[in-house]
Amino acid sequence: MSRQLYGYLRTESFPTPFCSGCGHGTLMAALIRAINSLSWDMSEMLFVSGIGCAGWIPSPHYAADTLHTTHGRPIAFATGAKLFNPRLKVVVIGGDGDIASIGGNHLIHAARRNIDLTVICANNMIYGMTGGQVAATTPPGAITATTEAGNPDRAFDLCRLVEAAGATYVARSTVYHVVHLVKILKNALQHRGFAFVEVLSSCPTHYGRRNGAASPTDMLNLYKGLCVGLDSASRDSATVQGKILIGEFVRGDRA
Amino acid sequence: MGWSTVRAPLSPGRHLWQGDEACAEGAIAAGCRFYAGYPITPASEIMQWMAHRFHEMGEGIFIQMEDEIASVASVIGASWAGAKAMTATSGPGFTLMLENIGYAIMTETPCVVVDVQRAGPSTGQATRPASGDVMEARWGAHGDFEIIALSPWSAQEMFDLTVRAFNLAERFRVPVFVLADEAVGHMRENVVTPAEIQVYERERSAGLAPFGSEADDGVPPMPAFGQGERLLVTGSTHDPWGYRKVSDSAVQDRLTRRLVQKIRAHQGEIIAAEPYMADEELDVLVVAYGFTARSARHAVKLARQAGIRAGLLRLITFFPFAEEAVLRHGEKARNILIPEMNQGQVVREVQRAMAGNANRVHLYAQTNGEVICPLRILSEIKRLVET
Ligand code: SF4
Repeated sequence: MSRQLYGYLRTESFPTPFCSGCGHGTLMAALIRAINSLSWDMSEMLFVSGIGCAGWIPSPHYAADTLHTTHGRPIAFATGAKLFNPRLKVVVIGGDGDIASIGGNHLIHAARRNIDLTVICANNMIYGMTGGQVAATTPPGAITATTEAGNPDRAFDLCRLVEAAGATYVARSTVYHVVHLVKILKNALQHRGFAFVEVLSSCPTHYGRRNGAASPTDMLNLYKGLCVGLDSASRDSATVQGKILIGEFVRGDRA
Repeated sequence: MGWSTVRAPLSPGRHLWQGDEACAEGAIAAGCRFYAGYPITPASEIMQWMAHRFHEMGEGIFIQMEDEIASVASVIGASWAGAKAMTATSGPGFTLMLENIGYAIMTETPCVVVDVQRAGPSTGQATRPASGDVMEARWGAHGDFEIIALSPWSAQEMFDLTVRAFNLAERFRVPVFVLADEAVGHMRENVVTPAEIQVYERERSAGLAPFGSEADDGVPPMPAFGQGERLLVTGSTHDPWGYRKVSDSAVQDRLTRRLVQKIRAHQGEIIAAEPYMADEELDVLVVAYGFTARSARHAVKLARQAGIRAGLLRLITFFPFAEEAVLRHGEKARNILIPEMNQGQVVREVQRAMAGNANRVHLYAQTNGEVICPLRILSEIKRLVET
């Protein structure tokens, strides 16, 4: 990360605890770039996270108010803080287990309320911190610590889920598509209402190693090969079968 | 910051309130301006009254959350944004809240959690009173900690003790429990409200460590989000500035000891117990709390009329436990009777307080979902005198 962005960070907390090749460092920097491009003051921002590797993206690294909560509940904590002090710009960052599995109920209800939060879900398709167990976002057939013969279940399409629940901004990007990611994060931050961004973030340590993408570059190449931009394919077309769509799915006004 | 006297939101006078409504009014009088909750019998009236009054007042944030986990989570979030905040529930919801209550303990977040107890376990009997959650309140969250829990016996105390719960929460930066029961929550009686209320506001000084103190029993200042302090708040073990220290045994030891000591070392400020005809040598001392204490007081009166030297020690606080008062009055009594709407929870604390004389301590357990009638307590008193 370039030195000009160090003011946004508690540099004394570096190095980060992430494994080498983890996507979360890229996401951490991309969000700071988005905030910097908006010239937002970190002292007016609150970052709320839960338990899991992604919960460490803001806490303790971001030089802002940070609330590192219990597993699955950051959106509910953020709701209270935002309602009582609407001047706070509140961003929730968490992993897929945190935001969409144990915390799935809070996710859909916050989307339904269209409360003015930006929720960023770093989806690595696995439970990283606890050693690589299957997640609600693990693709069918994938090998994990608890599915030796392949995941028998289907994965959530988080963007469709949150869209159906009423979110007024819904987008997906990846840590491979960094320029795209920064643009999406910037739009999400500026959105008034509930904004949800799913960011595919690599976990070479636990997902890649078991699923033919052991090196960090293998994982990024996986995203590169798997992702199709929404502008080049319609959401329901045959070309996106087996692919992952990235882009802005919902960009509405605050209801 | 600290203590001050504020004008009560309502003009002073008498109000015919249900216990649950009095609790909501007490919260508002204490300065509560954030309420989050989820419907549950017999506590829903607290939530409805908060929603109604905030609407009427044109201030205060009310939100009905998707479950009790989210309710207490948003209360904690609001507290860090600077609010005096509360939620209320009953047994099943209280159990769901416990993980985040532990988070509030660890992050030293002031808030008030009301549990209007009903008969359990599980769904049990939603409209029937019980006192089965006392030890759950004490030990329910995981880990090692001390808590504050209050025990109202009337609609008046639903008001008074809710004010007190907020003051204690702000003073010690802890979640405080108001452990009522269905009978007290749903009973309707006169409540007298004062013109002025004594309130405590948390210390918000900037620039000081928000999670540490020189003193082993200190309560650090708590600035709010948005105040420019760039706070680091975490439920992981943390140093005085909030940095995670997840394998430093000295930090873990110092933090958990202070979390306990900041309450234990100040328990004289917290503990309240009220004796009734209990200042002399007694045949039977009844130790009671909540609705049951009303029956116990009547039973003591009837026993006196029958020539028995009976007295009552009413517990107004559950925790920290009133060991000293129990011992002082218990030492002068040949028998100690604890009537409870459970099969023996507070009785264990009394036995512990009586140490060498635990054989004087007797439980009367009634767990049928009905309040304990004074005549039942009277016959227990008589039985103890006769044996
Ligand atoms: S376990 Fe996976 S998600 Fe966690 S830090 Fe390592 S690579 Fe990143």
